[in-house]
Amino acid sequence: MIKQSQTLRALLPGDAGANIGNKSALSEIDASCRVPVLFFFLSGLAWLLAGTVLALVASIKLHTPGFLAGWEWLTFSNVRTAHLNTVIYGFASQISVGVTIWLMCRLCRIPLVAPGLVTVANLFYNIGVTVGVGGILLGDSTAIEWLEMPRYATPILFVSYALIAVWTIVTFRLRAERHLYVSQWYLLAAVLWFPWLYGTAQVMLLIEPVRGVVQAAVNWWFAHNVLGLWFTPIGLASIYYFIPKVIGRPIHSYYLSVLGFWSLALFYNWNGMHHLVGGPLPSWMITVSIVASVMMLIPVITVAINHHFTMLGHFGKLKHSPTLRFMVFGAVSYTLASLQGVASALRSVSEVTHFTHHTIAHAHLGMYAFFSMVMFGAMYYILPRITQREWPSNGLISLHFWGVALGIVLYVVPMSIMGFIQGTMLNDAAVRFLDVVQFTLPWLKLRTLAGLLLAAGHVAFVINVGWLLVRMFEPYRKPVVRILTGEAETVAAAKLP
Amino acid sequence: MSYGPLLFLGILFTLATSWVGLVLLPHRQMGALGQHTDTNTAAIYPAARAGEAQQGAEHYRSLGCVYCHTQQVRPEGYGSDIERGWGRRRTVSRDYIHDKTVMLGTMRTGPDLTNIGERQADAAWHYRHLYNPQITSSGSIMPPHGFLFDTRTIGPAGRSTNALVLEGTFAPPAGQEVIPTRRAEQLVAYLRSLKSSGDLPEAPVKKEEAK
Repeated sequence: MIKQSQTLRALLPGDAGANIGNKSALSEIDASCRVPVLFFFLSGLAWLLAGTVLALVASIKLHTPGFLAGWEWLTFSNVRTAHLNTVIYGFASQISVGVTIWLMCRLCRIPLVAPGLVTVANLFYNIGVTVGVGGILLGDSTAIEWLEMPRYATPILFVSYALIAVWTIVTFRLRAERHLYVSQWYLLAAVLWFPWLYGTAQVMLLIEPVRGVVQAAVNWWFAHNVLGLWFTPIGLASIYYFIPKVIGRPIHSYYLSVLGFWSLALFYNWNGMHHLVGGPLPSWMITVSIVASVMMLIPVITVAINHHFTMLGHFGKLKHSPTLRFMVFGAVSYTLASLQGVASALRSVSEVTHFTHHTIAHAHLGMYAFFSMVMFGAMYYILPRITQREWPSNGLISLHFWGVALGIVLYVVPMSIMGFIQGTMLNDAAVRFLDVVQFTLPWLKLRTLAGLLLAAGHVAFVINVGWLLVRMFEPYRKPVVRILTGEAETVAAAKLP
Repeated sequence: MSYGPLLFLGILFTLATSWVGLVLLPHRQMGALGQHTDTNTAAIYPAARAGEAQQGAEHYRSLGCVYCHTQQVRPEGYGSDIERGWGRRRTVSRDYIHDKTVMLGTMRTGPDLTNIGERQADAAWHYRHLYNPQITSSGSIMPPHGFLFDTRTIGPAGRSTNALVLEGTFAPPAGQEVIPTRRAEQLVAYLRSLKSSGDLPEAPVKKEEAK
């Protein structure tokens, strides 16, 4: 492999006038990623479908408790928890790893080292998720949020994450391109941070549990950082790469990206205790987390300005590029989710929104409207390149985008409002508790409707991906749908590999 | 910023700060917190949980009760936890030292259960509520937990003493009775053991406010 990359380096006569050499080098890199990245994407999408079904069942159960009530393994808590773990560890994390592998290879300008080993790591990982989710449904959940997979499943996942981290560092060390792009900072950070978080949480909560509320502190340090230090950096790395790449223009400001990266690294990891405002922990811990949450305004606003000014004057391209459409939707949602998060961390707001559906809405704004949308956008770009086939159906792309875009808006907006009212009612001791429950019912039914829209979008996407794969086994024909034409022409201008 | 080693060290250093600050330091501060002995009455708080309730806690965990019920009372004047009668005082770190898994919870789809053992001491109420929440709390969206009960034919010796008293549409078919399983008994023992209202120096109970 290393030998091959040296040949490649020889083939690369630098930036100037190297378009043909450059293109063939990139397609060699894409080809080296094909099998492992496809494995991560396809297994991720299989878990997405499973997670969608579980989400719908959980959503229906919350307004119609008699639904499938006879089966203990399908009780609300089990289904809800299985949903979270399938979409976080099955779907989102696997797509993340696929995108990380591809981006890292491209930005380092070397073909994937030992792709067979990465594919084995993927299979190993999927065994871990299957055992973990199965354990949850059978009643072995640890009841520790975001760490529900039983003790016999998590080490399998930990080893897989550690392998991916080692592999990413190796790729990084062997890089042919010495210049580091901002996306690489985020990717390297994510793969180093996550095993540390996951390892600490496993040791202190599952293997040798700490005493009393220290568990809650470790739990929320871990759970919030899964979002902040694993998904967020990979999401931002993708936005930083794909927006300039598709519109063919460099990122607005290098200095803003440095500021955004280091302020995120400094402040995000201190945020976790804002999940425990009013709880039985020392005030200093909660206060520190509230302060750090407010400080998140720095990276969030920095990144928002940087992305906005990169896009400025190019919004017309949203019409032609599905990648750009999903990316920009995700980037805007990242800003909104972060602002909502900062607000909810404040003591006065948390007094109302804590313990309500407002938090659930916020989680979906972050994990779905931001992160999942960005991952969809990345897949729209990567899949045609690693399979060397165009997307078969334009209609299915539109159905996917509008299904999930409308679905998530219909989820997040009403649930945020409802949670706020719910919290206000809960804080008024004169309102009976059961009246609060009754108040939420019509809103919960609306959520099931939103879930159906999301499900329709997912099915459309999976059909399109399946169709694309079928095409891989057919001889190449000139594509009928030329949805990506606009991108291909402008790629060179961004000067990104 | 193309200097790899600096990036690498920066990444590790930033996470190390909160790892020390929010994980190791709290463990040092609270990881060895013990029971409190009242100097006047020699009362020890919190008392360890009895074996049956301890097993019930495992069912509480396994059934995922924590996803709809919290076990934390916020301070007076912050939210309506105290006004709703969910506790006589806020909960503090010491209340949780005996919990194998600390289940503070983050969602109140159902009410807080910190002091459910004090608020609802009647075991029969808990059994009927678990069997079908509509019996005791009409309009609740809590799922029925019929799988924690056995429905069986009444034996020649007559109705069992621990059979649930069920009326109307909730009653089993004639000649049948509904009996709690061991799991249900342990879970109810746990629920009845939930009391966090001992007088502590860091969280005194206002006697006149006791509801």
